[in-house]
Formats: sequence, structure tokens, C-alpha cells
Amino acid sequence: MTSKTRFLSIPYVVWMAIFVVVPIIMVVVYAFTAHDGSFTVDNFRGMTDYISVFGRSFYLALIATVLCIILGYPLALVLSREGPRLQRVFVMLIMLPMWMNFLLRTYAWMSILEDTGLLNALLTKLGLPPIKIINTSGAVVLGMVYNYLPFMVLPIYSVVSKLDRRLVEAAEDLGANPFMVFLKLIFPLSLPGVLSGITMVFVPSVSTFAISQLLGGSKNLLLGDLIEMQFLGSAYNPHLGSAIALVMMIIVVICMYVMNKFGEGEETAVVL
Amino acid sequence: MMRKRRSTVISRIFLAVIFIFLYAPIFVLITFSFNSSKSRTQWAGFTLDWYAELFNDASIMNAFSTTLLVSLLAAAIATVFGTVTALGFYCLRKRWRSPLMAVNNIPLTNADIVTGVSLCLLFVFFGSRLKFNLGFGTLLVAHITFNVPYVLLSVMPKLYQLDRSLIDAAQDLGCTPARAFLKVTVPELMPGIINGAIIAFTMSIDDFVISYFTAGSTVSTLSMTIYAMTRRRVTPKINAISSLLFGAVLVLLIIINVREIRQEEAKKRAEAKLRQGAMQK
Repeated sequence: MTSKTRFLSIPYVVWMAIFVVVPIIMVVVYAFTAHDGSFTVDNFRGMTDYISVFGRSFYLALIATVLCIILGYPLALVLSREGPRLQRVFVMLIMLPMWMNFLLRTYAWMSILEDTGLLNALLTKLGLPPIKIINTSGAVVLGMVYNYLPFMVLPIYSVVSKLDRRLVEAAEDLGANPFMVFLKLIFPLSLPGVLSGITMVFVPSVSTFAISQLLGGSKNLLLGDLIEMQFLGSAYNPHLGSAIALVMMIIVVICMYVMNKFGEGEETAVVL
Repeated sequence: MMRKRRSTVISRIFLAVIFIFLYAPIFVLITFSFNSSKSRTQWAGFTLDWYAELFNDASIMNAFSTTLLVSLLAAAIATVFGTVTALGFYCLRKRWRSPLMAVNNIPLTNADIVTGVSLCLLFVFFGSRLKFNLGFGTLLVAHITFNVPYVLLSVMPKLYQLDRSLIDAAQDLGCTPARAFLKVTVPELMPGIINGAIIAFTMSIDDFVISYFTAGSTVSTLSMTIYAMTRRRVTPKINAISSLLFGAVLVLLIIINVREIRQEEAKKRAEAKLRQGAMQK
């Protein structure tokens, strides 16, 4: 490898400039201009109508992320304690659903959760009262947890399964009970996995539009729906859409920055 | 002892509940691909009609071939592009490499909808000036753009693990730099390259949001067709094609896993034999 090899990076640098940097600059420019191209901040002022949508999106995404940790963390721990062959099978089983189109899987949840759907049919058979869940924010959270749970489990699992067993034994020899072992040893060491899991669940949850449209009905509009409507939907206005996307992006970046500071700036994010 | 057994039982129940949660919709999907009525919730009897009709449905078959074509092309181009770039980045000074890697990570950390929307603005803006329409070309460019970062991230670590003295040795033994590259560097990087290609292909075939904003109205991927249908009514034919794809992936994964397990066992047996041989001596 000679020093000339470094010129191989030029094509991709140009590519990134055109297809990554310029598009983001365009979002910023669109957010600050009106239809005739003049500078304006009206797009941001007009956003105050949508504060409730911002609130709902971040609130539901937060609940979904917390639920993913509550379900995903123990799952990753349980997996890492199985034998090697079972571990392999279970990890495969967690990844396998991702190979079926997520829209279809979410659509299948519609069939399950509908008022006259399969879940209520089952409940009636068991003599229980039917539940109303479709078109509620609960159904949207369920859809988020369902779709993004693997993104929480896999990074945590990949950290926990590489954990040195001798450390645990050492802690036990020194008199730590299982709870202390978890609190003082396993949890701090698994934090990088949890942090990248949080990012991988929160970002798609807060910006989704398909899940909320399928499971949330018309009442549970999320940021993703709002942006989609401004670009390809009924309320065509890419300037307002860009402004919403920009604000969402900035809030997400700030959240992630604060969280990573909180996690002592772990730079070794786990990439699948 | 008692407590240990109880905790195993609890963890098994927990696993079972999670897997029921993960697989319930898939079970419903596959079951209703054999349903003889169009209903999504009422079982009317077994049929294979949807599988037969599937191959006569032009819009589904078109969407399927578009998805396959764009995924294969984007993954192949991104793999070559990403590997070449990784070599270039590796030889850059850190001062240059760090900011470039940060830009490379933007499509990975950004929400899909932001990537999609920003590319949509770019394509529409320049499309009206340079006279091109959104279509297969813009779709492919978008897919390459979000695929290259994955390839780069899986090849770069392999480059850092590379033993530079191996290349020097090859050249000392008379290899031209190009030949040393092909015979030493490429095989060493291969696991990273293959891994990157697989991730890229998976991401492409799975993508909905970015395709939705960049494909325009003339071409449609399978995800986009499914999305359009969920707004109205999903035909069981879509259940059928998804079940087929799911079955194909399942078979592929089983084959790969069985092969890996067999290879490991063969290795273990060989090692055991060696140890036995050493003991007898």
C-alpha cells in the first residue's frame, strides 16, 4: 500500500458531499425559505400547531424504548446463559422475523388486535370480556416494541455474551450476592450495548409513520406522519416538512448527545 | 439448588412468551396465505390458490423483481465502492479520516425519514433542472448511499487487523504491489467484505422509508406495493409471496447453521484425535 492509495477515498468523498451533505443543507435551506424562495421563519412559527404531535411522538417513543429495555435486557441475559448451540438458535430466531416485511407483520397485528380480531375472538372463547386496543396509542407502542425489540436485544447480547465469566466468579468469591454482581459488574459493563440499543430503538420509533398509520388510526398522528404528509401526502408543503424534520433531527441529536455523555462517552457503539 | 431450578423455569417461560410475541403475527400471516376467503380474520378453508395466482399478478411480480434487482445492484456496487474507499481511508491521516468517518455515519444515525426526505429534495430539485425523473436510477443511488457506510464499517476493522509485514514479505518474495494486494490483502479482508455485502443486501431488501421517498411514482419495490395495499386492502397473494420468501430465508439459515455446527464438530474431533496421538507418544 503506497501513499497514493489514499486517493482511492476521493470518489466516495465526492459521493458523500453530493448525496449526504448537500441533501441535509437543502433541508436546512427549505426550512428557512418560503415557496417563492425568500427567507422566512414562518415554517417554524407554523409548527406551534403541532406541539402536541411532537409531544406524543417523543412520549410514545420513550415508552417503547423503556419497554424494550425491560423486555430486552433480561432476554439478552437469559440468552447468554444458555449453551452455545441453543444461543445460536435463539439469536437466529430473534433475527428471523426481520426477514419478513415489517409492514406486513404490522398489518398482521391489525388482524390480531382488531375489535373483531383474533385476540378478541380468543378472549371471548375463554369467557373473558373483549378489549379495545386497535387505534389507541397502546397499539402504536406495541407495534414499536414488536418491530424494534431485536435492535435492543442484539447489541446488549453481543456485549453480555462476551463478558468474562471469571469476573463474575471473582465477585462471588469476594462475597457479592447475585444482585450486587449484577448492579456493580454486569450492568456497568453492558452499558455500551444498552446505549446503542436505545439509539437503535428510539430513533426509528420517534420518526415512524407506517406503524402509527396502521395501528394508531387517525387520532394518533406522529411526527413521521406529519413529515410524510408534507412531502408525498395531502398537505404538500416541503418547506414546512423540512422545518419539522430539521427540528426533530436536532432534538434527537441533543438527546443522543446527552445520553452518551451520561454513559461516560462510550465511543465503542456496538454496530450490528 | 431448588432456587436455581425455579429460576430456569421462569427464564424458560419468559423466553416462550417473548417468542410467542415475536412469531404470532408471522403465524397469522402464513396461516391466512392458505385461507380460501379474502378475510384476514375468518378462516374459511384451505387453499393454494393465492400461491398459484401470485405468479400471474403483474404488479406484485414487477415489484418483486425491482426489489431484487435494486438490492443486488446496490449491494454489489456498495461492496466494491466501500472496500475501495476503506483502503483509501486507511491511508489517510487521522486528522482527515475522523471527520470523513463522522460524515459516513450520518446516514446510519439519522432517522430513515430524514435521509429519505433530504434525498427526495435533492432529486426533485436537480431533476427539474437537469431533466431527469425520480425512478429506478434515483432509487439505486439512494440505496448505494445508505449501503456504503455499512460496508465501510465492516471492512475498516479488518484493515486495522491486517499485518503489514505480510504485504512486505510478499513483495520481498517478488510480488508486484498489485499482486501482493490481490494475494494477501484481499483474502485477509474477505470476511469483512462478505459481512458488509450481506448487511447491505439485507438493508436494501428490507428498506421501505427511503425507497418510498426516492423511487417516484413509476417504479415500486415490494415494500412500497405492500404499503399502498395496506392503505386499502391487502390481497392474500402478498401473504403468499412473503411466506415463500420467509421459507427461503429459513431454509438458507438452517443450511448455514448446520454446516457451521458440522464444521465445528469436525474441528473438535480432529483436535481430540491430535491430543490422543500426542498422549500415546
